[in-house]
Amino acid sequence: MRPTQLDKARIRELEEIGTRSDTRDVLARATMQARRDYDDYFVVDIDAHVSEDHFWGEVIELIDNEYLRDLGQSQLRSFAGNNALLNIVPGLSHQSVGGRITHQGRREPDVPQGEHPFVVAARRSMDAMGLDYQIVFPSAMLLLGMHPQDEVEVALARAFNRWTVERILPMDERLKAFVYLPFNTPEACETLVAQYADAKDVIGFTVCSTRNNAIHADCYARLYAMIEESGKPLAFHSGYHWGDPSFAQLNRFATMHALSFTHYNQIHVSNWLINAMPERFPKLKMLWVESGLAWIPFLMQRLDHEVLMRPSEAPGMKRLPSEYMAEMWYTSQPMERTNMELLEATMKVMKAETQLLYSSDWPHWDWDAPSVITSLPFLSEQAKRNILGLNAARLFNLDIKPKKPRADAVLATRPGRS
Amino acid sequence: MTEAPTAPRQVSVGALATLRTKERVVLDIDGQSVGVYFLGDEIRAWHNVCPHSGGPVCQGKTVARTLQAIDPATGKSPGLTLDRSSRMIVCPWHGFEFDLLTGVHAVDTKTRLRPVPVAVVDGDVVLTLG
Ligand code: FES
Repeated sequence: MRPTQLDKARIRELEEIGTRSDTRDVLARATMQARRDYDDYFVVDIDAHVSEDHFWGEVIELIDNEYLRDLGQSQLRSFAGNNALLNIVPGLSHQSVGGRITHQGRREPDVPQGEHPFVVAARRSMDAMGLDYQIVFPSAMLLLGMHPQDEVEVALARAFNRWTVERILPMDERLKAFVYLPFNTPEACETLVAQYADAKDVIGFTVCSTRNNAIHADCYARLYAMIEESGKPLAFHSGYHWGDPSFAQLNRFATMHALSFTHYNQIHVSNWLINAMPERFPKLKMLWVESGLAWIPFLMQRLDHEVLMRPSEAPGMKRLPSEYMAEMWYTSQPMERTNMELLEATMKVMKAETQLLYSSDWPHWDWDAPSVITSLPFLSEQAKRNILGLNAARLFNLDIKPKKPRADAVLATRPGRS
Repeated sequence: MTEAPTAPRQVSVGALATLRTKERVVLDIDGQSVGVYFLGDEIRAWHNVCPHSGGPVCQGKTVARTLQAIDPATGKSPGLTLDRSSRMIVCPWHGFEFDLLTGVHAVDTKTRLRPVPVAVVDGDVVLTLG
């Protein structure tokens, strides 16, 4: 057979995807997956991220304490740069695997004049992945629970919440956020709940799980009562901390990351249950974010086993720990899926059909496209629709009228870049 | 990405001398996306669809393979090192790494890229597309 010489118009060279690629190009395959599998689904992404270090000057400017604002601005101009006042360790931040995964820390190109780069990037990611809503969390601030200066956590929380709620969310009705609670200072959390309980685009409150606070402590009782009263969920967003003595034994980011993201939420869920918090705050909706799913059946079995033998240590519980856990909510990413039988059993015991919420974690390195849910062979179509958006609509009172453009329209604006 | 089954056909995608000035060229050919790689005298072509989640695997970086140095006599390891003679294709979506020549994942040999038959005919690089 003689080779066909296609005319030039039918062969196009595709560019390398890098840190300055347009989000729509990076995610074009996800757009094609949307067109094929879920274009008419209502989809909510519960956990996407702002790379707030890119806009850190805007946040620092909003610190209300004059001393800390001055200190932050001074650090911003000098050695700390975009990590001013933060406690992350840049030399231990290996998320991009030595620059191999380029969307971690990416910057959006071609931002139209007058638009905010974060909002443009977020909108492009929502359109490309076929999302109706996206809920945004910070990134570097996820470690603030380990910051030695409680007043810095409070100041940055207040400034970041203002930046998000006053500047960012009004720019796109599809963006929503949780208010960051500086959990090392309970009174400051109470003030923030009172301030934002009725804010339209605030869909809940969040605590960064990476911290050593006992979440059942009585100093939080008033805070939980206030959040319960607001009707909005409380989300514990997990993270890592390589400085934790247990994790200091681990010599690779992969193992530290695998264990620490599940570790903090396991500790908090254990304390929540053994201290009978679901009985004490029965209407408080608890959501556990970014620990994947595999830890859930582990902890259910482990706690059931212990509590059955030691009921005198859990006298406030009226049911098994696993039964309370099956009434909590969880986000999906990073969804372990190398063994379908285990994943199917996990989804069954945690009642994923009503309790699981899709999350992307975009633009972080271990993000999940919505196709991780649509491609599961054992879920019914209704279960897929629930996990991808309808469970979130129920939990957060979201209007399920479609907000996203159809995938064909998105692809038409950037044809064939990947 | 949508690759409807059609009768195989051979497609000339350009002169070898021109294409091989790069280590890798990714082409969209009538809607099929293929990465063509040149390493020494070897040529390989892989479908630009990652076996993990369907990402554009050929549009990421190519890097040296990372190895763990181990002293066979003592079992001790002085740590990680780079093998600059072999090249890995890194999927830009989540970092799966595949050997450029074999298409096999760096750790899990069951996870592989899908090959596209490639040959040089009269100085041109010719792909056989399905
Ligand atoms: S799609 Fe390629 S690594 Fe995930």
